[in-house]
Amino acid sequence: MMLTPDKTQAVEQFAERTVEIEGRSLWQDARQRFLSNRAAVISLIILCCIAAFSILGPLFSQWHYEDIDWEALSDISVLGRPAIESGHYFGTDTLGRDIFVRTMQGGQISLLVGVLGSFVAIVIGTLYGATSGYLGGKVDSVMMRFLEILNSFPFMFFVIILMTIFGRHIFLIFVAIGAISWLDMARIVRGQTLSLKNKEYIEAAHACGVSTFNIILRHIIPNLLGIVVVYATLLVPNMILLESFISFLGLGVQEPMTSWGVLISEGANAMELAVWQLAWPLSFLVLTLFCFNFLGDGLRDALDPKDR
Amino acid sequence: MFTFIFKRTLEAIPTLLVLITISFFLMHSAPGSPFSSERSLPPEVLANINAKYHLDEPILSQYFYYLGGLLQGDLGPSFRYKDFSINELVAQSFPVSAEIGLWSFFVAIVIGVSCGVFAALRQNSWLDYAVMSFANLGIVLPNFVLAPLCILFFSIYLQWLPAGGWNGGAWPYLVMPVIAMSTSYIAQIARITRGSMIETMHSNFIRTARAKGLPKYRIIIEHAMRPAMLPVVSYLGPAFVGIVTGSVIVDVYFGTGGIGQHFINGALNRDYSMVMGVTILIGTLTILFNAVVDILYAVIDPKIRY
Repeated sequence: MMLTPDKTQAVEQFAERTVEIEGRSLWQDARQRFLSNRAAVISLIILCCIAAFSILGPLFSQWHYEDIDWEALSDISVLGRPAIESGHYFGTDTLGRDIFVRTMQGGQISLLVGVLGSFVAIVIGTLYGATSGYLGGKVDSVMMRFLEILNSFPFMFFVIILMTIFGRHIFLIFVAIGAISWLDMARIVRGQTLSLKNKEYIEAAHACGVSTFNIILRHIIPNLLGIVVVYATLLVPNMILLESFISFLGLGVQEPMTSWGVLISEGANAMELAVWQLAWPLSFLVLTLFCFNFLGDGLRDALDPKDR
Repeated sequence: MFTFIFKRTLEAIPTLLVLITISFFLMHSAPGSPFSSERSLPPEVLANINAKYHLDEPILSQYFYYLGGLLQGDLGPSFRYKDFSINELVAQSFPVSAEIGLWSFFVAIVIGVSCGVFAALRQNSWLDYAVMSFANLGIVLPNFVLAPLCILFFSIYLQWLPAGGWNGGAWPYLVMPVIAMSTSYIAQIARITRGSMIETMHSNFIRTARAKGLPKYRIIIEHAMRPAMLPVVSYLGPAFVGIVTGSVIVDVYFGTGGIGQHFINGALNRDYSMVMGVTILIGTLTILFNAVVDILYAVIDPKIRY
């Protein structure tokens, strides 16, 4: 067979193409799968909009979240209605405060609290689970027993005790809540680590003399990221719901600051007088939670190695 | 099997002891005392009361007093509800929570599992999306919103059901608490069922069953259901404990007098023995039902042996 220039060219072209195909990493693969899931992408866009709106929205309001509109206060069910001309786009609450700006401000707190709490839960849970799973043996069984004990505590017990000890500073509270809701995370991560730790590259790292701590940090945890990301997106809505539950009990953020939970529980009490006081924050909360759930499902489909 | 149950029971004792110890010291380390209210008592009276409840002694001896009482099945007197012991309060409120809980649990399993299976069999069709959106509504709608909405709709607008109360558990008083209680569990169960059902339907033994020409309903009921229920069962254990030990929301809105409200009030008012009592109850149930789940696993999945 003759080696003509056009044949070598064809081979080169083919070789280039195979190189391109090999160049797709796990994350690129996942990104493509994620982008083809329409519900998840739309959810992500809506979430970004809500976040931007919560942060920038107050700039467009004529009112401040503490301001009381004394005029509207005289007749909430008529003057407090949502209207463009009064500047209360979402209406006012029964105390004459603007719902629009309060929903935005509450959104800032709720989202921040969700993200912060999940972040703490994930850092602790991942480290704990990976350590427990990688070390195995006695250490593992002791660590898991400890987890079982923590798990049999009533959740609210922790929350209330922490609140009495730390005082009612909302961020401290949520760091604390994050610090106790890492239990499921730790269990999931541990299970995943057990199957990872017998892989060849871990063995290779071990043979090269990498320390245990570094193996966990540099080799185990990066390979767990997929499942961690999925779980994180599902944890954020739980944190937001938890915050609203605590606010319902009257233990959450303090006046004049607010959160969606506070607004909803206030709105539920004023339901018959001013429906909009419940409707706006509730629809924001429901939309956000829906989006986080769809986003989580989309990420799971994209990153779960089982479906590949 | 019996050695396994025996072993689990033995293991539960130290776990429970650690649980009691940690919660006892945590509770007592929180600032404030059950008698530090706005209307302050004269110091002499306060000293007398503290002496009666051993609150003036070192915390370690309080702990042993409490453990001693516990060994005799005595959860101590309530610091808040005068003339009531915790045993009486728990005996009064736990059956209420348990009745609401059992009904909610039943409703949640029936609706949740059927929604999940239905959605899984029509994966990615509009029916799937419709059913799962309906189920997801239970997750995103917090029950402190659902409860007042229920009251507004069923009691005030339609006037079908009483807005609250318990009345010995007559069914009209049960409907709304069960709705408020079960929705979030329905959603979770439906999601888990759907996921595991989809996975099971793609596995090899289902393909074999289909190749044999079995009718679809027999494949689903006889072959797919059992393995698909495994993740659901492991969710149901902890969920069952949560569901029978009640919810504050239900107690607050429907005035049912369940155990959830006592617990929150107890923790807020430093009613030490109330909180300890409920914690021990929930802890024991959690450990018990984790063991039950392990046993059920062995029953459902023949690959697991103890």
